Amino acid sequence: MDLFEKTGSKILDSLEGVGGTIVTLFRGLYWFKQTIKYRALIFEQMLFCGVESIPVVIVIALFTGMVVALQTGQALARFELEGTIGNVVAASICREMGPVFTAIIVAGRVGSAMAAQLGTMKVSEEIDALEVMSIDPTRYLVMPRVWALLIMLPVLTIFADLIGIIGGGVIARLQIGVSYYTYFDGVMSNLEIKDIYTGMVKAVVFGFSISAVACYQGLHARAGAQGVGRATTRSLVFAFLSILIFDYFISAIFY
Amino acid sequence: MIEIKNVYKKLGGKEVLRGINLEVQDGELMVIMGGSGMGKSVLLKHIIGFLNPDSGDVLVDGVSIPGCSRKELYDIRKGYGVVFQSPALLQSLTIEDNVALPLKEHSDYSADKIGEIVRERLHWVKLYEIEQKLPSELSGGMQKRASLARALTLDPHLMLFDEPATGLDPILTATIAQLIVDLHGRIGFTSIAVSHNMSFSFKIADRIAMLYNGRIVAVGTPDEIRGSSDPFVHDFIHGIAKKE
Repeated sequence: MDLFEKTGSKILDSLEGVGGTIVTLFRGLYWFKQTIKYRALIFEQMLFCGVESIPVVIVIALFTGMVVALQTGQALARFELEGTIGNVVAASICREMGPVFTAIIVAGRVGSAMAAQLGTMKVSEEIDALEVMSIDPTRYLVMPRVWALLIMLPVLTIFADLIGIIGGGVIARLQIGVSYYTYFDGVMSNLEIKDIYTGMVKAVVFGFSISAVACYQGLHARAGAQGVGRATTRSLVFAFLSILIFDYFISAIFY
Repeated sequence: MIEIKNVYKKLGGKEVLRGINLEVQDGELMVIMGGSGMGKSVLLKHIIGFLNPDSGDVLVDGVSIPGCSRKELYDIRKGYGVVFQSPALLQSLTIEDNVALPLKEHSDYSADKIGEIVRERLHWVKLYEIEQKLPSELSGGMQKRASLARALTLDPHLMLFDEPATGLDPILTATIAQLIVDLHGRIGFTSIAVSHNMSFSFKIADRIAMLYNGRIVAVGTPDEIRGSSDPFVHDFIHGIAKKE
């Protein structure tokens, strides 16, 4: 096989993957009409995606807020503008750091677990068993996962924003010497509603992309443990890529 | 009735099925027997609708399976019961939930009624007091029987078995074979099993079709197959190694 043929084949594979992911997402969305019937499965996924992600989100968000406050606080202090640190931390956390870092954590923890679980079900013929029982896997498996991330990623993002801002406040007080009052006054007076909803739009889009990528990769895992491993890795890589690409375009649209 | 008409299928550049013709009558228990890699499971996947033939047709009660839409296939498959090579039970669900799943999805029965049907199906396959266990807590043979119970939940008219004896010891193989014969007698479903296990196949089959190199080389009752003069059938039954 020559270089052109190999490159062409890779491009076709990638396009097939993108198309398949979009089809998987839309099939999952189609079954939203049966949300009530599958509420127990959705709730179970929400617990896994959301509640069980809280400890790691706390740690990452706290340290992100602290690092942002430390770096910007020192730079602002040179120009005697350290009083504006609250504005900078809040804007950067809510617009960018909160949604993106939360999505990356969820893609790593939840997306890869989804891909591995569905991949294992695929190779052990559980997906085929659903098909022969006339149970559409996109209804039984994909829809609850899409719903769960669609709800829990924005919730986790709001949570991460709050923790990040609090972490930033602690560093602003202890390291930079800005009072809590000044810091939170900066946060409250300059944080626009647009900063919040842009972050929420990002979280929703990331929720769709992480769940769709993970479900598609899992449902199309090839036979054997190697196939499941490959599906998990691909899910992680493609979810990260989609997060960064969507992040750019959403930022470009809103700002 | 199942009619397989001149089915050809190529997979990965290799011609796996080369003009398969086979008819399975209503209520008949047909076993498709042949060596590993001869295309038995591929043929079964054509009947389920997982694969479409390159040419030819598969008719189930007069309906062309390759011509069916996804929705039509789901409707047809509600009349199927399929037992896979692996038990294929959902590992995250208890045995009760596994067996109840088709009923929860496709019926309006109350929880009590579903529980009653589930216990009945489990008793049919001689499983007792295991409803709340997870599949991983059961032995291979018990998982296979639970899988059989799940396949029977919607009272199928067509049962398909993909190597049901694989991975079981001779006693368990005989137990599963006897179960299939008993259930066939009780329910009267049409059945197609693919297997390379001779004792299992001869025990359950009304007729056996021998598959070799993508073609059916012999069809007959177990006695007719035993007395076949076809060289492949003779070698297969007597376990004679292929000459290089």
